[in-house]
Amino acid sequence: MTLTDLGIAAARHGLGRREFSARELALAHIAAIEALNPRLNAFITVTAEQALAAADEADEALARGEGGPLAGIPLAIKDIFCTRGVRTTAGSRILGPFVPPYESAVTANLLRDGAIFLGKTNLDEFAMGSSTTSSAYGSTENPWKRRQNPEARLVPGGSSGGSAAAVAARLALGATGTDTGGSIRQPASFCGITGIKPTYGRCSRWGVVAFASSLDHPGPFGRGVEDCALLLRSMAGHDPRDSTSVDRPVPDYAAACRRSLKGLRIGVPREYRVPGMAAGIEEMWRAGESWLREAGAEITEVSLPHTEFGLPTYYIIAPAEASSNLARYDGVRFGLRRDGEDLIDLYERTRGEGFGAEVKRRILMGTYVLSHGYYDAYYLKAQKVRALIFQDFANAFAGVDALLAPTAPSAAFAEGEKTEDPVMMYLNDVFTVPADLAGVPAMSVPAGLDADGLPLGLQVIGPPFGEEVVFTVAAALERAAGFTSLPAIRAGSPAP
Amino acid sequence: MTLAPETVRRIARLARLRLEESEVQRLEQELGGILAWVEQLGRVDVSNVEPMTGAVAMALKMRGDIVTDGGDAETVLGNAPERIGDFYAVPKVVE
Repeated sequence: MTLTDLGIAAARHGLGRREFSARELALAHIAAIEALNPRLNAFITVTAEQALAAADEADEALARGEGGPLAGIPLAIKDIFCTRGVRTTAGSRILGPFVPPYESAVTANLLRDGAIFLGKTNLDEFAMGSSTTSSAYGSTENPWKRRQNPEARLVPGGSSGGSAAAVAARLALGATGTDTGGSIRQPASFCGITGIKPTYGRCSRWGVVAFASSLDHPGPFGRGVEDCALLLRSMAGHDPRDSTSVDRPVPDYAAACRRSLKGLRIGVPREYRVPGMAAGIEEMWRAGESWLREAGAEITEVSLPHTEFGLPTYYIIAPAEASSNLARYDGVRFGLRRDGEDLIDLYERTRGEGFGAEVKRRILMGTYVLSHGYYDAYYLKAQKVRALIFQDFANAFAGVDALLAPTAPSAAFAEGEKTEDPVMMYLNDVFTVPADLAGVPAMSVPAGLDADGLPLGLQVIGPPFGEEVVFTVAAALERAAGFTSLPAIRAGSPAP
Repeated sequence: MTLAPETVRRIARLARLRLEESEVQRLEQELGGILAWVEQLGRVDVSNVEPMTGAVAMALKMRGDIVTDGGDAETVLGNAPERIGDFYAVPKVVE
């Protein structure tokens, strides 16, 4: 087995037994990035030298019988986590020159545990998108190809598409992402890997470039459920610098992956069966139900009656918070600056040139719904509907331990297929947005292929701080699905 | 539904965003379309529902009113596009 095919648990084992060094493991991934990143554009910035220096430190620690739980594990970091001394762009021109003087809480936790950072991955600008096509640094290509039409350049999903593509193509063993409306789970589904958005407050947002503060959830990607469990355990934890960070112990999520499903009740939300769902998704969902039933769980239908209002609620609240958060980009303190005739003109030129079309659209949408005379009709109304959506989940979890649903309404689409109408693109997030609004944990697991040979994900949603039951159910799905298909473009394979 | 061009220009001004005329025309349609789409929330009865302001119900923590960081102007100004001494520099505001 080549080093780039290892899972995190296997890599830890091999490093611990000195079967290979952290330097060899890092070099294998750097070579893979050099070979494939020019095509995939999964990374905006590659930090090869820093990765090798960190790998040497990990090797010294491992030789002494020390080293943290992720010592020597090479990871990719979404370019929305501030990294000390390494440019952090959030996929935007306006942050092109920004080099943070501090390290985000989540990446600091990973470094504390010995992880090695290979670089910063591409994303939709300010994480606003579902396709990783709106980055100022070019789009990312999905390493998977359609059987019938392998020439089509497919999107990796978004916004964390660079992280998902990097992990799928074996350019990194795992990665970080953020999920505001589905930005971890939908790209995980599109790229045939796993990803979890934990409960709001489980991972600190400190040092994550803010999009919508009440919705932003950092979380990990891996090529297996247990890999995500190992990463989340390091990423999570209380941080007094984020006032919404929760002070409660971080469980051993990997242990939860090995628990039995016996006696668990799994709900299937009937409102997630929407018209226009792509072929193969309904069948995969039914297969997921029978896998869980065979593993000892009881399946029942549940109702989340306000599901259809999740998207319009999200597209009021998220832009409102974004318009406020993005007010900080003024061309004065950091980032891009375009000079003007006076201070106001400087602000307007800087922001007009620094932001891309989708970001401008959302800033204006947010400004409109917060403006005088519209606040109650749009923003306050949306906050009330959000309360009803949360209550739907609370009611459902009174009767079941977890929910099972598809992650996305389709497999990966091609670049340009859904870009003409913003609302068409927003519909991608129909199954992922409700869990963000409610703040509950949710994970995507690859469960099968569609007729085109593209991966489809199943989603497990748990109650607040129910990550352990999510890992238990997701691991059972993973074992039953036996998903072993590989993307066409990956380290160690000839270019198709 | 389309948004009036003067409304697009007004909110762009509020948001301190310079827009080209071609952008204004496109945004009349796009923002109008999004606003028409979110109108479906009108069908939801929210009487007696308290607005949800955060994802997890929690009381905000208090901390001591003490200085824990600071005194490092060089680091803070390290990303400034333009500075004069220990200050950010901007165009003259008062004549």
